[in-house]
Amino acid sequence: MYEIRLHGRGGQGTVMAANLLARALVEEGKHVVAIPAFGFERRGAPVAAFLRFDDAPIRRMTNIYEPDCVICIDPTVPRAVNVFDGVRPDATLVQAGRRALGELSVPERVARVGLCDAVGVALQIFRRPITNTIMLGAFARTTGLVKLDSLREALRAEGALRDAALEQNLAALARGYDETEVHLIERRAAA
Amino acid sequence: MSALPQAKTLPGHVVCDGNEAAAWGVVLSRPDMVAVYPITPQTSLVEALAQFAADGTLDTEMVEAEGEHSVLSVLQGACLAGARTYTATSGPGLAFMFEPYLRAPGLRLPMVMSLVTRDTLSPQCVWGGHQDAMSVRDVGWIQVYCESVQEILDTVIMAFRIAEHRDVMLPINVCHDGNYLSFGVCRVDLPDAAGVDAFLGKADTNWHVALDPDRPMGVDPLTGGGGPGAALFARYRKGHCRGMQNALQVIVDTHRDFGDRFGRRHAPLLEEYRLDDAEYAIVTIGSMTGAAKDAVDEARCAGQRAGLIKVKTYRPFPLQAMVQALARVKAVGVVDRSVSFGWNAGPVFQDVLGTLAMLPQRIPAVSFIGGLAGADLTPGHFARALETTAQALAGAVPIAPVWLNENDR
Repeated sequence: MYEIRLHGRGGQGTVMAANLLARALVEEGKHVVAIPAFGFERRGAPVAAFLRFDDAPIRRMTNIYEPDCVICIDPTVPRAVNVFDGVRPDATLVQAGRRALGELSVPERVARVGLCDAVGVALQIFRRPITNTIMLGAFARTTGLVKLDSLREALRAEGALRDAALEQNLAALARGYDETEVHLIERRAAA
Repeated sequence: MSALPQAKTLPGHVVCDGNEAAAWGVVLSRPDMVAVYPITPQTSLVEALAQFAADGTLDTEMVEAEGEHSVLSVLQGACLAGARTYTATSGPGLAFMFEPYLRAPGLRLPMVMSLVTRDTLSPQCVWGGHQDAMSVRDVGWIQVYCESVQEILDTVIMAFRIAEHRDVMLPINVCHDGNYLSFGVCRVDLPDAAGVDAFLGKADTNWHVALDPDRPMGVDPLTGGGGPGAALFARYRKGHCRGMQNALQVIVDTHRDFGDRFGRRHAPLLEEYRLDDAEYAIVTIGSMTGAAKDAVDEARCAGQRAGLIKVKTYRPFPLQAMVQALARVKAVGVVDRSVSFGWNAGPVFQDVLGTLAMLPQRIPAVSFIGGLAGADLTPGHFARALETTAQALAGAVPIAPVWLNENDR
C-alpha cells in the first residue's frame, strides 16, 4: 500500500488532482481509494486530500496519517499547516514553488524531493495559479509511480474538461513533468 | 418504465465517489420520475443526476421541487400513478421531509431513497454520522447500509426490486455514509444495462392503491376511531409489520440473484467475518467496516481469536441471523456511528442487547460510539474496541459506552 497526502488551497483543484490520479492508477490496474479531507470549501483556505493505492483490494475508507508521499500544490500552504505531519521514513515530497531545495526546511524523514515552479507555469498556461495538473506531472516525474500517459487519459476522461481547457491541462501536465527537478537526499550517517 | 432502450451506451466501469455511484445505480434502474433537493453531503448526487438527465444518460422525468417535503409528496403521487421513483436526501433534508416520509410506508409505496447519512444538529455540523438515519429507524421504512462505493451502486439497483416485491411493497432507504462514502473515490463496475432491465422487470408500484382514472378508488381514507375502523387500522399495521418481515427473505433472494447475474456478492442481512473460531466479535455498520476488518486481521495475526459481524440490513432487524452469529462468540462489542439518547448507548447496541435475550446464556456486551460528525474510525480505533471487548470477555465490562474519538487530536 502506498499512501499520499495532497495539500493545497481552495480553488487550486487539490481534490480534483486526487481524483484524476485515482483514475489514472485504476487504469493501470491498481486498487485505489481517494478521500478529501472534510471542511468547508473556501477559496484560498488550506485543503487536503488523501489517496492510497495497492495491488490488492483496499477495504479501509479512512484518512491518511502516515503518508509515504506529500504532494504540496501550493508554495505557501506549508506555512499554514504542517505538511510533514506523520510522514514515514524515506518519504517523498513533491513541492510547488521557486525556492531551491536548500531554502526549504525538509525533515530528515524525507528522502526524495521533486520541485516544480508550478505557479510560474500555471500563470503562463492558465493566467491563474491553478497548479493541480502541473503537480500531477511533477508527481509522475518524481516518483515514477504513475505513467504520464495514464494521467493524460484520466484528463481526457474528466467530463468537466473539454476543448481548450483540456488542451491547457494536457500541456500543464507535460510541463509539470518536464520542469520538475528531482533531488535525492543523502541520509545522515547514523550517530 | 420507459419503453425506449437506453439512449446511450454506458461504460463498463467508472472511477467515482459514492454519490456518483448512487446516480449510476439510478441510471441503470431507469426510474420514471426523480425528484431531489440538494443538501450536504448529498449535493453531488443531485448534480450527477442532473448532468445525466441533461446529457441523455438518464431518461427520466426530473422534477424540480422547492424543498424536500414537496419532493417526497410529488413522488408519492407519481408512485400512486404507477411510476418507479427515486430520491435522495440527508440530515436536515430528511427532517423537512418527515411528514410525507411517515406516510409513504403506510401507503405501502415501494419508493427508493438514498440517505446520505449525516449527523444531526446541533452542534452545527455538516459531516457524516448515522444520527439522521437512526432517528428514523422505526417509522416503517426498510433501511440498508452500504460498506463500499461499489455496494452503493449495486444496492440502489437491488433496492427497487426489494421494494417492489409484492410480499414487501415498502419504501427503502439505501444509506451510505456522508463523507467517507459520499466523497470517497474508487473504481466502480457497472452491470450491463440490459441485464439490469431483466433483473428489475417493469415498474410495479400501484397494484394495491392507485391514482388511476380506470380504477377509481379512495386513497388513504380515514381509518380508525374505535370499533371496526380501528380494527381495520390494526390489520393495516399488522400487514405493514408482515411486509417488513417478508423483506428479510426478499433481501436475501435479491442479493443472491444479483450475485448470480452480475458476479458480485454482497452479504444481504449480516456478514460474518472470521467468526468461525472467534471468541469475541465486534459489530459494525456502514463504511467503518473496512477499517474494522483490517483491525480484526491484525488482531488475528497477534493470536487473538477476534471476529466481526457487519450489519447490512438494519430494518427490518435480521434477528435470526444475529442470534446465529452471536451464538458463536463469548463476548461482543458494538460500534455505533450514532447515539440513542434514551439509552446512553448506541442504537445498534440496543438491538444486539435485544438479540442477546434470545440466546441460551448471557454474554458480555460493550457499546462503542465513534465516527460522529465526520470523525475517522481507523484500524487503531477498532484495535481499541477489540481489546476492550476481549477484556469484557475476561470480566471487565464497561458499564457506560466507550467514546472512540473522544481523545482524537
